[in-house]
Amino acid sequence: MIPGALIIAVSFTYLGLLFAIAHWADRRADHGRSVIARPTIYALSLAVYCTAWTFYGSVGRAAENGIGFLPIYLGPTLIALLWGSLLLKMVRVGKAERITSIADFIASRYGKSQLLGGLVTVIAVVGVVPYIALQLKAIAWSFEILRHYPEVRMPEPTALPLWHDSAFIIALLLAAFTILFGTRQLDVSERHEGLVAAIAFESIVKLIAFLALGLFVTWGLLGLDGPELTDASRDPRLTERLAPLLAPSLSPVQDWFAISFLAALAVMLLPRQFQVAVVENSDERQIRRAIWLFPLYLFLINLFVIPIALAGLLTFPDGSVDADTFMLTLPIAFERPWLALLVFIGGLSAATGMVIVETIALSTMVSNDLVLPVLMRFWRRRQPPAELGRLLLAVRRAAIVLVLILGYLYYRLAGEAYALIGIGLISFVAVAQFAPAVIGGLYWRGGTRDGALAGLVAGFLVWVYTLLLPSFAKSGWLPPAFMESGPGGLDWLAPLALFGLTGWNEITHGLFWSLTANVGAFLLVSSWRAPNAIEAAQARLFVDALRYPRRASTALWRGRADIRELMTLAERFLGVARTRDAFVRYARSRDTDSPEALPADAETVGFAETLLSGAIGSASARLMVASVTQEEPLGLDEVLDILDEASQIRAYSHQLEQKSRALEAATAELRAANERLQELDRLKDDFMSSVTHELRTPLASIRAFSEILHDDPRIDLAQRRRFLGILVSETERLSRLVNQVLDLAKIESGHADWRNECLSLQEVIDQAVAVTGQLVKEREIQVRLDLPSEPALVWADRDRLVQVLENLIANAVKFAPPQTGCLEIGLVRLGTAWRVTVADNGPGIPEEALELIFEKFRQSLVGDAKPSGTGLGLPISRQIVEHLGGRIWAENRPEKGANLCFELPAHTPDTQD
Amino acid sequence: MPRSTLFRQRLLTLFLIALLLLFSPLALRPESWEDWLGLPPLFLYLYGVWAGVIALAAWIAIRGRD
Repeated sequence: MIPGALIIAVSFTYLGLLFAIAHWADRRADHGRSVIARPTIYALSLAVYCTAWTFYGSVGRAAENGIGFLPIYLGPTLIALLWGSLLLKMVRVGKAERITSIADFIASRYGKSQLLGGLVTVIAVVGVVPYIALQLKAIAWSFEILRHYPEVRMPEPTALPLWHDSAFIIALLLAAFTILFGTRQLDVSERHEGLVAAIAFESIVKLIAFLALGLFVTWGLLGLDGPELTDASRDPRLTERLAPLLAPSLSPVQDWFAISFLAALAVMLLPRQFQVAVVENSDERQIRRAIWLFPLYLFLINLFVIPIALAGLLTFPDGSVDADTFMLTLPIAFERPWLALLVFIGGLSAATGMVIVETIALSTMVSNDLVLPVLMRFWRRRQPPAELGRLLLAVRRAAIVLVLILGYLYYRLAGEAYALIGIGLISFVAVAQFAPAVIGGLYWRGGTRDGALAGLVAGFLVWVYTLLLPSFAKSGWLPPAFMESGPGGLDWLAPLALFGLTGWNEITHGLFWSLTANVGAFLLVSSWRAPNAIEAAQARLFVDALRYPRRASTALWRGRADIRELMTLAERFLGVARTRDAFVRYARSRDTDSPEALPADAETVGFAETLLSGAIGSASARLMVASVTQEEPLGLDEVLDILDEASQIRAYSHQLEQKSRALEAATAELRAANERLQELDRLKDDFMSSVTHELRTPLASIRAFSEILHDDPRIDLAQRRRFLGILVSETERLSRLVNQVLDLAKIESGHADWRNECLSLQEVIDQAVAVTGQLVKEREIQVRLDLPSEPALVWADRDRLVQVLENLIANAVKFAPPQTGCLEIGLVRLGTAWRVTVADNGPGIPEEALELIFEKFRQSLVGDAKPSGTGLGLPISRQIVEHLGGRIWAENRPEKGANLCFELPAHTPDTQD
Repeated sequence: MPRSTLFRQRLLTLFLIALLLLFSPLALRPESWEDWLGLPPLFLYLYGVWAGVIALAAWIAIRGRD
């Protein structure tokens, strides 16, 4: 006999121990030595997945259909292998955005929508409250069964008054406990270190209890020192009952697959799993160990399910004992009171752990995503209370009580009905509706708020229709005919065989249709319009969470804000001290002395919003911050411009390409310049050799005649005079050459003196003809002048212009044939310029030399002999003409000979400065 | 982060192997195997693969840490 008082005392001692652990962990965290920072603790806290439904229910499922319990744990094992990306993304986003719940996560992803957060909360509450009811039932039942030790007796459906119903008292106790755990301090921040430590401890307890019973039973099965079991082979009826265990089968395969898939989703999306895996995560490196330690935990807790189920069926062959209670009834049947008590504590751990975490998660969602948005609407008209933090805490506590009372009411109403027993997987399907929004939102940028809303609504409605209502019908709350055919007798709308899909397990059927509707609506509606600015911004933050590890969600805000108002707002939720502390730390990180000195920029506003998000959720925080700042809406393009690193990179690469093209062009120019330089160098060499050559010829004759005069004193006077004349002319030629070289250098370097005046070209031409008269006469060349009567006035240096004409005439004379040679000098007005043409009837200039003759020492190679002259006349002429603002060129005449022409701007007296 | 990419890649490979062993026609084969020490071969197979996957995941996670 185990007295009820002992059971209650042990239970309370156990719960007290939990509380002590939580308190100890909180104290350590306050001293900066966090116990939950250990990855093992994190992995163990994830095992809150294993509820009383696992602890008692796995054996029941195994006894009923053999392999059926395994996919619920294989699915999570497989998905855990992908946590290195999937969960890491969620954790990283969760930290950056200070996500408080799965509702907050989805709301934040699709543009911080309060509506979406509210919808997720409603689905979670509707889907999960029956699951909480199941835990209450497990505690109440296990208490009742244990109380009758050593008698094995199933509890009767009770009609006890409320205050004698152990489940109600348990519900109230758990509510009190959860309030103490989850909202112990006035601090509404999202993390609960003590809670996580306690949950991890509970995971150890339930595992030890399960393993202890499993080993005990297995020992018995193996015929070792343990319970004596009936030999199954003697009883054909028993053999039949044992068939699922002894000859298990995977079929129907679609159930095997669907339930694994479902469990894989649930292990990340159940509100409590999200709470421990994402919200309570203190270091993302913990995930690495959880990837294998959490599956290992699942493996161990399932290791003895089959032996225990086998032993239960052998021990209670008549089927009078519910297989779900084998865990407890086996040690009772074999009279092991301490083992029974240990199993009871294990079951209590499993149930309380689930209830506490789930209730905290749900209450956070209810207060942040349902109550607060309503209050905020209310506050638009009326002044909100000053201490919002206290109010929020009260709301959260009320939500905890409410959730547990709802759970109890469901338990009380459903009782033994299918609606309670079968709820585990039905709950899973409800939370699986979050999968398209969450997982789609982590890998696909195109999802919009409307798409997520449509998907959730569609999936939820199908879930209600194909799973929840049938479970009510099976419980006798709805006419069973409801399941047989759809509304109005439409068979193809039958809830359990939608569109004629029969032969599937109802869970598989419901999962398939609800997710199909969900994903379909999500994709269709999301494709309706492109994401708007904030959706695109959040999408980038979520999808690229792993790509830019240290990037905060700031810089996406433009407007006017006041630091003091932001701080006052935060103080109302977080309290003065915590707000001050947070702002001071933030100010320090930005190298500012005090929070008041912070710039009211996008980064600061983002910080304040994230700080508030940790308390009230992202959607409410956004609205709250918006209420004290003047935000200017950013266009989608601007947001994308700011965010899209890819576009920045594209811009950079475009710039690089441009620069590289510019570089290539510069290189080509440089190469051309280099070639030109080499050419010039060659020209200079040529010039030097030409100059020396030109100098040597007169020098040689000067030297020869001087030597003759020096050596032979008897030369007669006439001869002597002739020789001296040659000496003089050669010296003149020398000095002309030197003068020309100097002249050219002067003009080229810009140091030449210019005495410009208003000239008449006719005068200049006359003067030049007169100067060259001797030369022309020597070669017997005719000169014809064709000059207009009006004076051709230009602004120029007379001497230099005469020099140009001299050169041109000398050049023409040089090439004109002697005796028959004819020179024509023309002057015409062409628009605003005067053109002077010196034409000869010589051999003309080769086409390729027309330009070259104006380069230094490029004497025309026409004719057989090297032409006389310095080779500097035309280059000097070009320098002069160009300096005077004109141009000079050579052209061949159509008949015979060449024209050397130049143009100078006509000068009218009023254009003079 | 090439190392963490490698880590994820190895786990993804393991995930695909586990998928193949547990959720493909391969998983149906053990149903027809003979009993081993009176134990149903399907249970042995499933638990064996499960344990193997966890062991490999642990090996990948711990080895990749150095």
